[in-house]
Amino acid sequence: MTSYTKKEVGDLVDGRLPFNTVHRMLSMPKDVERFELYLQVLQERVSWPDKIILARGPHLYIVQDAKSKRWVNKCACGHVMGEYHENWKLYANIFVRNSEALLNELQPKLMAPHHEWQEIREFICPECGIMHDVEAPVPWYPILNEFEPDIETFYRDWVKLPLPEKAN
Amino acid sequence: MSTVLKMVPDKRREKGLCRSGLTLRDNRNEVLARTEGSGCYNGLTNMPLKEADPIFFEKLASRIRAVLVDARETAKKIAASPIVEQEGELCFTLYNAAGDAVLTSTGIMIHVGTMGAAIKYMIENEWERNPTINPGDMFTNNDCAIGNVHPCDVATIVPIFWNNNLVGWVGGVTHVIDLGAVSPGSMSNGQFSRFGDGLQITCRKTGVNDEPLRDWLHESQRNVRATNYWILDERTRIAGCHMIRDRMEEVIAEVGIEVFESFGYEIIEDGRRGLQNRIKSMLIPGKYRQVSFIDVPYKHEAMSTPAQYAKVDSIMHSPSTIEIRADGSWKLDFEGASRWGWHTYNSSQVAFTSGIWVFMTQHLVPNERVNDGAYYGTEFHLPYGTWMNPDDRRTGHAYAWHFLVGSWTSLWRGLGRCYFGRGYLEEVNAGNSSTANWLQGGGINQDGDFHAVNSFEPAASGAGARAWADGLDHAAAIWNPEGDMGDMEIWELAEPLVYLGRAIKTNSGGAGKYRGGCGFETLRMIWKAKDWAMTFMGDGYVVCNWGMMGGYPSSAGYRFAAHNTGLKDRIANGESLPLGHDWDPDSPQWEFSLGKSAEVIRDKQTMATEQPFEDYDLYLNLIRGGPGFGDPIERSCRDLEADLNGHYVLPRFAAAVYGAVAKQDAKGAWQIDDAATAARREAMKRERIARSMPVRDWIKQEAKRVAAKDGSDQVQHMYASSFMASKKFLEDFRAFWSLPKEWILRLGEDGVTGFGQQSIPLDSLPDVRRVVLVDESVVAPEDY
Ligand SMILES: [Zn+2]
Repeated sequence: MTSYTKKEVGDLVDGRLPFNTVHRMLSMPKDVERFELYLQVLQERVSWPDKIILARGPHLYIVQDAKSKRWVNKCACGHVMGEYHENWKLYANIFVRNSEALLNELQPKLMAPHHEWQEIREFICPECGIMHDVEAPVPWYPILNEFEPDIETFYRDWVKLPLPEKAN
Repeated sequence: MSTVLKMVPDKRREKGLCRSGLTLRDNRNEVLARTEGSGCYNGLTNMPLKEADPIFFEKLASRIRAVLVDARETAKKIAASPIVEQEGELCFTLYNAAGDAVLTSTGIMIHVGTMGAAIKYMIENEWERNPTINPGDMFTNNDCAIGNVHPCDVATIVPIFWNNNLVGWVGGVTHVIDLGAVSPGSMSNGQFSRFGDGLQITCRKTGVNDEPLRDWLHESQRNVRATNYWILDERTRIAGCHMIRDRMEEVIAEVGIEVFESFGYEIIEDGRRGLQNRIKSMLIPGKYRQVSFIDVPYKHEAMSTPAQYAKVDSIMHSPSTIEIRADGSWKLDFEGASRWGWHTYNSSQVAFTSGIWVFMTQHLVPNERVNDGAYYGTEFHLPYGTWMNPDDRRTGHAYAWHFLVGSWTSLWRGLGRCYFGRGYLEEVNAGNSSTANWLQGGGINQDGDFHAVNSFEPAASGAGARAWADGLDHAAAIWNPEGDMGDMEIWELAEPLVYLGRAIKTNSGGAGKYRGGCGFETLRMIWKAKDWAMTFMGDGYVVCNWGMMGGYPSSAGYRFAAHNTGLKDRIANGESLPLGHDWDPDSPQWEFSLGKSAEVIRDKQTMATEQPFEDYDLYLNLIRGGPGFGDPIERSCRDLEADLNGHYVLPRFAAAVYGAVAKQDAKGAWQIDDAATAARREAMKRERIARSMPVRDWIKQEAKRVAAKDGSDQVQHMYASSFMASKKFLEDFRAFWSLPKEWILRLGEDGVTGFGQQSIPLDSLPDVRRVVLVDESVVAPEDY
């Protein structure tokens, strides 16, 4: 079993890990302790005290609120986007590109989708303006709730880590 | 277990072909019953062979796998078709007597399942009795109603006998260049049902005593266009199958038939357990939802069809839920998918499930042990009547890949969320590109022969961005793990089309912190052809991939062709020619190098049936890019500089999408002003907040539009089609938009085409037993 240092995991997060190390990560059996190292790396990069439980994206986490012990979705900037089991997108801002002109801001007209077939929805943190996700559905499509993790089973049975206290 | 057993016990108990004395069908049913009962393949709660001597087990696996790979590499040289010889569109697989895949070669692995489905069909429908199965027999199949992907994937299947007992099968498949469909090319276009898809052969006995039957050779050759390629492709398949069969006989002589047979079952159970372990070690239990779409643009005049009722614009809908359970088992559920339709993009259930392993082997199960173990470790729900499991025997499948590729791209995102959550960032991939355009056509070629072509350049499409690096540029196709665009010189030998350019397709990769891989574009000039016609095929109005975690989708495709170009004179006069890049289609440049009376087509109708092309006409083969990962305003300035200088991103989009503040130096090299770019990006964040609105407010506003059914015909058709087969999708839809419980949209109601709501199942034919390999249950709305 190969193992990696916290620095290497940090470099992977930053996209700076040398390719031969990434290649080893790809081709060798997975290192079980990666998850813990990863959480440590992520935790050191945020300015708030809440414990990161799981990363939903480069700037979006499920965290345990330091005071209330409730599990919530939280942007790196500190903005809370609903409880962990809720769809964080319902707490975001949205910008919809559903005309030729708005799609043409992203691509030449012929290389963009046609607005009568497809639209592009940008989900923005209302506090810091980072774009957490982009949907590209057919008009009328319900906003997807993409990921409902079973964190209890994951911590307890799969990675065998103590489950952070949960008040909700 | 995922297997839906249709067991009709054979009471006659005649002496069958299996060593046990069972018929093939009884044997298979017993295997399935033991699997169902124990949760382990063939009841193998223990694996005696592997447990007794694991080293021997591994060596045997490696040896057999090496035979399969070797046979593929050797047989490939027989083929003349560049699709096989250059692109490697072939594959050989070993099956046990029950028709389950044991091991496979490299190549187009989707056929692990599709050839297995053909063997299972022969077993289930008692080929053993009639037409009989004997040593030296060969069977040919390409029937999409049995499980083939599209008719051009032709399989040769050869039984392996030992002491007059059938102990296994070997299958070989090649992607042939033409199949005698309505229009030339392997994946022809414009027909809307099976009856235009080309020659379809249903597990027919096509050879005895190791020799192809003469009636088969005569009949098949006159039903296809590119006869030379057809013959050599078949010889490729036969040679590979025979090579493998002979080597398996050597293996059996050496290890003994008992060991060989046990191995053929144990390795499948080994594969099933391997998947379960891998799920636990790489994923996160829970539910993952994703969706993708792709266009069905049949209404446009460039799509000529023999029936008016097929002239419908619609959209493929492929929603999925991946459910990963505590014990490492999982279910892939496609409830809500749109119905089959009058086009050639439908897929059989096996093509759909088997193809998924082609890309899962690139991350989730990255070993050479691809076999039916992964299938037995996965539950699939594909509702009967959807495009991925049609309940109608008339459906067209020639370009099933349009939907398959479009559908699977979203699965990468679901798995990507797992990998990202666990910190295995190296495995994250934002999705695959739509692998198009397909340059196909035919006529009289440069050698004066009647000929058909299918350029396989999309085998090197752009790949999805990763969570740590850009997607690979012009390097990959989801259906073949060995991406290769082929040599221009070889394509020019195969096609009467001269290259006027082969260049990176600027801006085709999706924007992101890590950019989607760009595709490429080749400009072809028709040269020395007669009565020549070509088609376009690919996505145009809809881009199927989405981008991940803040990244954007890739670009969509478009169509460029030019007729009456005046190039003959321009070449003679030494004037400028259209070459290389179609830089920015918003300000086209090629037109300045064409004659005054040139007729230029530039549009998004990227599905077009055969259009005549004459010498000096132009055709753009635009190969698509992959989706991006992460917010583009986090892309490093140095990467953006490389994008600009390497022509991966157009300068105005580097500014608008990435916030780059860049200028060119005296030599034309781009340089980015880091400080000004950082400031611009901060401003962009504020602008985003200012022009966006809270999602909850938007939902209230948008719900009015949905309630009023304010949408294009194709949008309405897609929803009406999905509601018909899924009460759950309809109810979830109503709930999300807070619609009244009587709100519905039906096929056939005002403005929504409804032709084809009745289905004619395959097993309505006499004496036909369908092989059902998935949960195909349907709960339709009562009020539809
Ligand atoms: Zn924020």
